[in-house]
Amino acid sequence: MPKKMKKNYLICIIAVIVGFLLLSLLFDTGILGKKSAYFNGLVVIGMFYTIIVCSLNLLTGYMGEFSLGHAGFMSIGAYASAIVTTLISDQVKLPSIVLYLIAILVGSVAAGIIGFLVGIPALRLSGDYLCIVTVAVAEIVRVVLSNFGIPAITGSATFGKSFAGIAKVSDYHYVYITMVVCIFIMYCYIRSRYGRALIAIREDRIAAAASGINVTKTKVLTFTISAFFAGTAGAIYAHYITTLVPTYFNFSKSSEFLAIVILGGSGSLTGSIVAAPILSALPQLISYVVPAFASYRMLIYAIILVVVMIFKPTGLFGGREFSLPKLLEKFTKKKATEGKE
Amino acid sequence: MAKFIQSLANGLNLGSIYALTALGYTMVYGIIRMINFAHGDFIMVGGFTLFYLIPVMLKMGLPAWFAVFVAIIVCVFVGVMTEQIAYKPVRGQGSTTALITALGMSLVLENGALVLFGSAPRNVPPMFNLPAVAIGSVTIPGTTILTLVIGIVMMLLLTLFIKYTKLGRAMRAVPEDKIASTLVGINVNKIITITFAIGSGLAAVASMMYTTSYVSIKNELGITLGLKAFVAAVLGGIGSVPGAMIGGLLLGIIEIMVKVYMLPGTYEAVTYLILILVLLVRPSGLMGKKVNEKV
Amino acid sequence: MAEERVPVLEIKSLGIQFGGLKAVNDVNIQIYPGELIGLIGPNGAGKTTIFNLITGIYKPTTGSYMLCGKRMNGLSTHQVVQEGIARTFQNIRLFKKMTVLDNVRVAFNKDMKSSLFQSIARTPFFWKEEEETTKKAMELLKLFKLEEFADQRAENLPYGKQRLLEIARALATDMKLLLLDEPAAGMNPVETDELKESIKMLREKFQIPILLIEHDMSLVMSICERIYVLNFGEILASGLPEEIANNKDVIEAYLGKEDEGGEADA
Repeated sequence: MPKKMKKNYLICIIAVIVGFLLLSLLFDTGILGKKSAYFNGLVVIGMFYTIIVCSLNLLTGYMGEFSLGHAGFMSIGAYASAIVTTLISDQVKLPSIVLYLIAILVGSVAAGIIGFLVGIPALRLSGDYLCIVTVAVAEIVRVVLSNFGIPAITGSATFGKSFAGIAKVSDYHYVYITMVVCIFIMYCYIRSRYGRALIAIREDRIAAAASGINVTKTKVLTFTISAFFAGTAGAIYAHYITTLVPTYFNFSKSSEFLAIVILGGSGSLTGSIVAAPILSALPQLISYVVPAFASYRMLIYAIILVVVMIFKPTGLFGGREFSLPKLLEKFTKKKATEGKE
Repeated sequence: MAKFIQSLANGLNLGSIYALTALGYTMVYGIIRMINFAHGDFIMVGGFTLFYLIPVMLKMGLPAWFAVFVAIIVCVFVGVMTEQIAYKPVRGQGSTTALITALGMSLVLENGALVLFGSAPRNVPPMFNLPAVAIGSVTIPGTTILTLVIGIVMMLLLTLFIKYTKLGRAMRAVPEDKIASTLVGINVNKIITITFAIGSGLAAVASMMYTTSYVSIKNELGITLGLKAFVAAVLGGIGSVPGAMIGGLLLGIIEIMVKVYMLPGTYEAVTYLILILVLLVRPSGLMGKKVNEKV
Repeated sequence: MAEERVPVLEIKSLGIQFGGLKAVNDVNIQIYPGELIGLIGPNGAGKTTIFNLITGIYKPTTGSYMLCGKRMNGLSTHQVVQEGIARTFQNIRLFKKMTVLDNVRVAFNKDMKSSLFQSIARTPFFWKEEEETTKKAMELLKLFKLEEFADQRAENLPYGKQRLLEIARALATDMKLLLLDEPAAGMNPVETDELKESIKMLREKFQIPILLIEHDMSLVMSICERIYVLNFGEILASGLPEEIANNKDVIEAYLGKEDEGGEADA
């Protein structure tokens, strides 16, 4: 590993640990008192939004294709993980961390498999057509989940149109670590030969193929990874909210995810990392104070989205990445020159 | 057999609503290569206009269906404003920006309606009082027949308009080659605006047809109806006017038949499954043209 | 004798039909190791179509083509590149938003070994391979005097340099045969001279055979060893540059018959 990289990685690791300690300080010491549980929830929401928005950005920003069906992949992750953990906890009592890990694994893999199966035929299409296929897939998943209630296999949970009684194991400590790992994996994927190939395909499919890149394989792989992490987000959601309703994962939800990707900046993971928690948790926070705000939330997003498209189509970060090490470097250099003067 | 004819009539009824909506998608896509996600929401706007205006019309002693003309004006206004304010500035910015802007406008209208009218479904008062028609053992409601007739008339008019008028010819020329169209003296911007106006006007008619048959409307109508109609447009070959009509009618019949003869809850899944299959086998749809990328 | 060697590329009665139009018909071309072959012809004669056929972008309707004796029909574009045919494009196709360095590094992708797991886990092997690839890419950039632009976006390069970058990218695929599609198109005389030098340097350094489509006759005549002339999708003539320059059919195809008074293309 190059020396400079080592330094950058170290800075990022420290930042991650600081973030963790900060959350710990807020929630584990109980300084927020009664409201602690509420804010705790907001943080978890912000974190699973971050995962799914980043996963969608893989497609939108780096592959250059749109998915308006990411809520569908999320619901697959949510339902698959919830079924498995509910079945397991009926048989044996497992520690919550184990149950959580099982949920994440099952949810991600299930969504990844479906993503792979959908991706193979669908990725022959591109642009508007692919986008519409993702909508169709998500709608099919939603309709199927709404109509074929999962038969009551166990006594403890009620299955059917709404799926209640899911173990609440999405503790924010676990979720935080999961989020960091997910982002790290996606970051490494983009900054590798795979990511380079992917961006090349986005820039020019034919030139990419003429440079020896297997376009279909790269696209399917990326689509699978994207669906995989959407599944992760779904598993976290299911084990935080504990009751699943198929209508939650509708077209509007998918558009909301896409809107956040675009507002944060398509092709900028850091843009998504900044935008997702703000745009998911902040409105909830505002409607906590001003209840009427809830119905205005999506309207305001939509207006901002259109305005951003007209005036700055590249979004908040516009494809650029925000880099903590670089910022520190600038900061310390400034300090150093100031010191000399 | 009676059940079949009944279902067929219902299918054609639903299908003509899809077809009229699909026309709006296909005309806009044909001319500027953009999925106008907001088109479904124009129908929702038309629906709410009818909901609020029919009582007013009745109070003024006018026939209820007069409200349709106002709805057409409102929808054309909303459609043209959408085009002028949001779509025109992003034209030429690439398909990505266009897609997101359209999605954004759809969300603006949908959530604007949520703020204005709330999320509860509303029942639009009946506009027509027509006797049912009995064919053998089958009784078909008068409104169903009316919807069908209006749908067919609108499609015929539109076909004649596009085929034989100067404006219609210009509308066919612009998608072929924008620059060449400008060179032969066509005002491309004007044609695009007119296309939006016609599409939105059709949306208003579709909203009348929808509300006479299905009565209940809510702010999410645009999405549910819009997505289906878009499926119909793709099915028929997006950009093709006869394709949209055939796709719409076909989809309506399929949905009703699945509902009646197969699993009633899953007809929507069947719709989308058909869409996926059509796209995979024949991406250009039933009547669409195939385009090759130039290397 | 040249005929006894195995040709690097052998095209046998290759043809493709678009609808009723025979865009390329019964084309035979042989390229032997180290040769620089010119492919010329009026606009629309089917030159680029032949490139598209060889690189698997179009599927031929008739005939076959072989690379070093191996049949290549039916391979997709990236497989063709794996086998060793690299190309540039008439209307420059760079990865515009990627850096100059990354444009070249992408083309090394097919020979890189890091697995998905190694890339994500950032194993020492991953770093080593990245470093080596960067080094190789920089060497290629140096050959074309592009190293100072390595961190710039490809779209910001001047036109002539973009053409050179495309050639550098093609070279990175480690090919057995290089196809250049009108590399001098749109270049000013200085840039064309630079290009000529680069092609010469390429031949000396890599000794790869090149098939060159070009409209700049002075360039073609001065560097090519043999020339094929294509007209209406068929080979009109082939031979040494001086033979082609004096061929009556070729002059007619380019200039038209005297009474027609067509336009000159070259």
